[in-house]
Amino acid sequence: MLSIDCPWCGSRDQSEFSYGGEAHIVRPKEPEKLSDEDWGDYLFNRKNTKGRFEEQWCHTAGCRRWFNAVRDSQSYKIEAVYKIGEQSPDGIPE
Amino acid sequence: MKNKYSIFSLVRNAVSYHQNWSQAWRSPDPKPAYDAIIVGGGGHGLATAYYLAKEHSITRVAVLEKGWIGGGNTGRNTTIVRSNYLWDEAAHLYEKSLKLWEGLSQELNYNVMFSQRGVMNLGHTLQDMRDIVRRSSANQLNGIDSEVLTPAQIKNIEPTINISQQARYPILGASFQPRGGVARHDAVAWGFARGADRYGVDVIQNCEVTGIRQQNGSVTGVDTTRGFIAAPKVGVVAAGHSSLLADYAGLRMPIESHPLQALVSEPLKPVLNTVIMSNAVHGYISQSDKGELVVGAGIDSYIGYGQRGSYSVIEGNIAAIVELFPNFSRVKMLRQWGGIVDVCPDACPIISLTPVKGLYFNCGWGTGGFKATPGSGWVFAYTIARNTPHGLNAAFDLNRFYTGALIDEHGAAGVAH
Repeated sequence: MLSIDCPWCGSRDQSEFSYGGEAHIVRPKEPEKLSDEDWGDYLFNRKNTKGRFEEQWCHTAGCRRWFNAVRDSQSYKIEAVYKIGEQSPDGIPE
Repeated sequence: MKNKYSIFSLVRNAVSYHQNWSQAWRSPDPKPAYDAIIVGGGGHGLATAYYLAKEHSITRVAVLEKGWIGGGNTGRNTTIVRSNYLWDEAAHLYEKSLKLWEGLSQELNYNVMFSQRGVMNLGHTLQDMRDIVRRSSANQLNGIDSEVLTPAQIKNIEPTINISQQARYPILGASFQPRGGVARHDAVAWGFARGADRYGVDVIQNCEVTGIRQQNGSVTGVDTTRGFIAAPKVGVVAAGHSSLLADYAGLRMPIESHPLQALVSEPLKPVLNTVIMSNAVHGYISQSDKGELVVGAGIDSYIGYGQRGSYSVIEGNIAAIVELFPNFSRVKMLRQWGGIVDVCPDACPIISLTPVKGLYFNCGWGTGGFKATPGSGWVFAYTIARNTPHGLNAAFDLNRFYTGALIDEHGAAGVAH
């Protein structure tokens, strides 16, 4: 089980958290203007990165707040956590 | 057929103390060009190459495998075969596969040890039972064998199961597919590799694809750790690594890769007659011919390429199994491992043409691809050979994520891998 540093609560067992998948997906501002391809791309297509990966977690059984983490999807090591609205350590803007 | 396996070849080789068996397939160096390249030497990829050669007479084919044959998910699954899917599209595809399984050992002249011992899906709540009756009825309408069992009937088939109403989640009934069962997973890969090799297909191991080349929107070949190999058609069947290969071609896929775990016990005398699966308590179990209990767990929630998962997932899984079979509580588990599964949003595969001409993808089988091995190869070979999907896989194209025509099989896929 992973040990995850919640930015608000500190280090807790993974069983307290829910996974939210890829981070920094921007919801289209005017979805009605998108083509079916662009909407499908937004809804379903994912990076699915092997290696350093920005992802969302929610501390469901704790403070119930969402935050982002940088985790290596091969070694599973969590390299950084940061709050929603903050820039990722790799420079992906919120 | 040269080197056909038979009772006579067995006797002949027994006389020479089994020292003179010939290689089941060659290990050729890659040629500079092929008519078609299959990326991924798992069961699905090898089956694709086999049916390309056999059904479509395309024999200048290479199967490129980055590791060794059967070292990926083909050798890591819990070997369950069934076709009791809810929706027509999925039911027809998996039933095609099950029909191929039924003749596969003879077809390949290789014993894949397909054992139709029946697959049981347990229900523990009233909603489970409604879903079971619905799915079972849908299966019957599609000509797939399926029946609904009472707890007493379950106990009759599987005497060690706990049907006590005192259980935390008592068993209320089950669906049962008698034609379902298990097969020897390594043998499936080896059988297809040998079969494809005999038609002249080059099965090339330790050859990782590192790039997909294209020109004017058409695929021209692949870069590999053993150099560039040209081909006008490339079929990608790479399970958990499909997204990486899609990246090489500049495509995005609706796939997320997760670790899925399984474990086996010490060998026991025969104790389980069928395959038992339960979505509600989340576990599935069968007994191998060696006597090991083969137990399947769930996926870890996070994206992972590590071929290993969390201990907590196994812990919950074993708790469920012990609830179903309290007498297994003292069984020692011998080995535990993980594979990387490519999960699609609708729990159905993608067997599809792509925007790149000559590039085809077969992926997204998620947690339940093993059962589809022959059928998947059969329809994918058709798709590659004719450059158009077969009727059985037309609904499983990439466009469904843009048209919205998803095939929601979460109920049938669920835990039931």
